[in-house]
Amino acid sequence: MSDSEDQHIEKRSPGRGARTEGGSQLGNRFNSRLREAFGSSPFILTKFDKFMNWVRGSSMFMLQFGIACCSLEMMHSYTTKHDLDRFGAGVPRASPRQADVIIVPGTIVSKFAPRMKRVYDQMPEPKFVVGMGNCTASGGPFQKGYNVVKGAEEVIPVDIQVPGCPPRPEALIYGVAKLQERVANGESAPVVVKPYELERFGDLKRDDVVEELSDRIDEETLVMQYNWVEGNTP
Amino acid sequence: MSTPEESERELRPAESAVDYDAVEDLLGDRAVGRETHSNAEAFEIRPDEVQEVLTLLKREAGFDHLSCLTAQEYEDRYESIYHLRKYDDPTQEVGVIVPTPRDEPVHESAEPVYRTADWHEREAYDLVGTEFEGHPDLRRILLPETWVGHPLSKDYDKEQPQVVTLEEHKNPLAEDHRNRESDTMMLNIGPHHPATHGVLHLKTVLDGEQVVDVEPDVGYLHRCEEQMAQNGHYRHEIMPYPDRWDYSSHYPNEHAYARAVEDLADIEVPEYAKVLRTMTSEFGRILGHMLAVGTFCLDIYGDFTAIFMYSMMERDRVFDICEDLAGARMMPNYFRVGGVAWDLPEPREDWIEKVRNYLDGLPGRLEELHDLISGNEILQERTVNVGIIDPEVAKQYGCTGPVARASGIDYDIRRDDPYSYYPELDWNVVTRDAGDNYARTLARLGEVEESARIIGQCADLLEDWPEDERTIQSNVPRTLKPPDGKETYKTVEASKGELGIYMRSDGTAKPARFKIRSPDYHNLHALPEMAEGEYVADLVAALGSLDIVLGSVDR
Ligand code: SF4
Repeated sequence: MSDSEDQHIEKRSPGRGARTEGGSQLGNRFNSRLREAFGSSPFILTKFDKFMNWVRGSSMFMLQFGIACCSLEMMHSYTTKHDLDRFGAGVPRASPRQADVIIVPGTIVSKFAPRMKRVYDQMPEPKFVVGMGNCTASGGPFQKGYNVVKGAEEVIPVDIQVPGCPPRPEALIYGVAKLQERVANGESAPVVVKPYELERFGDLKRDDVVEELSDRIDEETLVMQYNWVEGNTP
Repeated sequence: MSTPEESERELRPAESAVDYDAVEDLLGDRAVGRETHSNAEAFEIRPDEVQEVLTLLKREAGFDHLSCLTAQEYEDRYESIYHLRKYDDPTQEVGVIVPTPRDEPVHESAEPVYRTADWHEREAYDLVGTEFEGHPDLRRILLPETWVGHPLSKDYDKEQPQVVTLEEHKNPLAEDHRNRESDTMMLNIGPHHPATHGVLHLKTVLDGEQVVDVEPDVGYLHRCEEQMAQNGHYRHEIMPYPDRWDYSSHYPNEHAYARAVEDLADIEVPEYAKVLRTMTSEFGRILGHMLAVGTFCLDIYGDFTAIFMYSMMERDRVFDICEDLAGARMMPNYFRVGGVAWDLPEPREDWIEKVRNYLDGLPGRLEELHDLISGNEILQERTVNVGIIDPEVAKQYGCTGPVARASGIDYDIRRDDPYSYYPELDWNVVTRDAGDNYARTLARLGEVEESARIIGQCADLLEDWPEDERTIQSNVPRTLKPPDGKETYKTVEASKGELGIYMRSDGTAKPARFKIRSPDYHNLHALPEMAEGEYVADLVAALGSLDIVLGSVDR
C-alpha cells in the first residue's frame, strides 16, 4: 500500500522542487486538518470515480465463454505458461452474472448470435467486450459463409479488438492489458445502446428510449433479423 | 492401474478385397447401374429400395459401418451416396447411389438400417434439400429452423434475408405427462455452458436428478466449411480450412484433405514428406488427447486444477516444438498438396534434440497424470461403469476413434487402411473393453504413449535421412485440375476418429462437391445412449469423455 500512496501524494504535490525548498508549504499541507484527523496513519486523496476505475481495471472477472478455435488460445492464456491472472484479469467466471468482461473468442453464426446477445445482456454493468480473432472483426476466414455473422460488432459493442487467427496468448494478454488501461483511465465508457440506435431514437428522452426498445422485444420470441448481404449496421 | 490391452492384428494388404461382381449378384436387379469411384465401386439403386438394399448389404455382405452420406445436386438430378464399409476391414468399401429427379428429390430413409443415418439425413435435408421418406424426425439440424432455402443447392438465394428466433424451449415430454404434478423438468444445458466444450445445446429432461431424455442440438458453430472448400482452389486455398475443423489437433485434419486430393489427382508424395506428415499428425494427436483429458477432468472436478493445468502445459510444450517446424502454434497450414511446406528448421540436430528431450520427459509426466487420474479414487467413482456404450450400439452410431476403441472395437484407419508412413513403423492400436468414461480416458492416455513411440521413430528416420533425398514436395501443377467426373471418398484417423472427405471434381480447379465426414458428429449422436437413465452429473461426464470439438461437429 505504502508505495502507491507515495505516488499519489507525489502526484498531488506541486513538484519535486517545492518539496525540497519550501519547508513551510510542505508543513502546511501535512499539517492540514485531514492530517490532524488521521494522526500518523497513512491516507490517500483521490476522486471516488477515479478510485473505482482503478479498482475495476485491476480486478477484471472474465466470462468463461468459448466459441471456436480462438477459445483454445484463450484457455492457454489462462493457464500456467501465460497466466493472465498475473495482470489481475484472471479467473474466468462460469456465470455471466459474475463477469465484467466477455472475450468473444470465435466465429459467430446465425444460430448463436441471439444467444450471445442474451449472454451479454445478462452481464451486470459496467461490462466490457474483447473481440478475439479475425472472426469477431469481420467473419475472418469464413466471411463469405452463408451462415456467418460478419463480426461481433453486428451483435454487441466491442471495446477492444485483438486481430489474429487465432491471436497468440501474448496478443490476447496485450489486448486485455490495453482494456484494463482504458478502464483504469476511465476512457472506456460502457456502451449500452449502439451509436446508430441512439441516433434513431435521438429525439426521445432516455426513459422513452428504453421503453421504445423494450416494446419492440417480444418476450416469448426474441427475434434477431439479419441481412446477409449488408450486415446489420445501416 | 490396469495396462491397456494392445492388439496385434496383422497389417492387411492395402488393396481392396471386395468381390464387386458378387455384390452385384447379391443385389440382382435392384442394382440399376454401376459406377467406379476412385476408392470403391458404387451401385445405383431406385429411390424406393434403399432400405432393402442396405439391409442386404449389411446382413449378407457384412457392411456394418455407414461411414458417410453425401447428398449433392447435379444439373439434371439429385444424388445421395451412402458410403459403406466394414468395421473389420475399412478397405472393403462400397458406395450406394440413389439418384432422384430434380423436381422431386425424395427417397427412402436409411435410418431403420443404420441408426447413424438419422443425423446424416437431417444434414442432407438441411443443406442440400434432399428429403427422406420414413425418417423419424426430418428437420433442420445445423441451420436455424426458420432458415429459408438449402444453401448447398443450386437455386439457393444468398441475398435472402433470414430471421433467427430464440424460442423458449418447450418440455418435449410435456404431452406425455398430463398430470400436473409431473416430476419432470426441462433443462437447457448450453449453448453457453462451461461443460459443453464450446457451443453445444443439450435439451435435457430430468426426473429428479436422472436424465430421462437428452437431445443434442448442434449447429451453433456451423461455419459453412463445405461451402468454403467448394469455393477454394485445390492447390492452396482449401488446406487452411481443415485446421479449423477440429481445432484441437490441426495436423491430422490436413492429412485428411491431403490424402483425398492426392487420390483425386493422382499425386505421389515423397517418402521424406510422409515421415514429416506422420510425425506432425502424431503431435496433433497428442495435442487433441491432452485437451480431451484436461477438460474431461475439469468437468469432473469442476475447477481449474492441476490436471487441467498440467495437460495444457503439455500442449504448450508440443506447440513449442511444432511452432519451430510449421511456424504457428495453432493453424499451422503445414501440409501441401504433394508434400509439406517446410523441412526441419536449421540446425536440424537442435530441433531433433528438442523432440528427443520432449519424448524423454513424457513418460514421467504421463505417470504423473496417471497418478492424478487413473490412480484417483474420486475420479474412478465418477467414471468407472458410467456412460457405457456397447460395441454393437457404437457401431450403429458410426462411432470411431478412442470412443469405439474403448468399447473394444478394434478399428484404427492408420493400421487398417494404411496411409503415409504408418505401415513402416512399429506401434500398437490401444483398445479397451469396458466402454465407460474411464476406459475412454485411459485409451487416450494410452494413445499418447503410442504417438510418442511413432514420433521417436520418425525422429530417428529424419536424423539419418540422406541429405540429397530430402524432398519435401513432389511436382504438382500450379493449377490443379483433376479429371472431370472423378469421385473419391478417403478417410484418415484423426485424433477423434475416422475423418473422411468425399470430393467430386468437374474438371475445374475447384471441387464440385466437398463433403466432410467428421468423427465427432457420430460420437456425439451416441450421447443419449450413454446418458439416458444416468444422473445429470454423469451426463456431463459422458459428454466430456466423448471429447467433441464443436468446430468439427458443426463444420
Ligand atoms: S479468428 Fe481464426 S482461430 Fe479465431 S475463431 Fe476465427 S477461424 Fe478460428
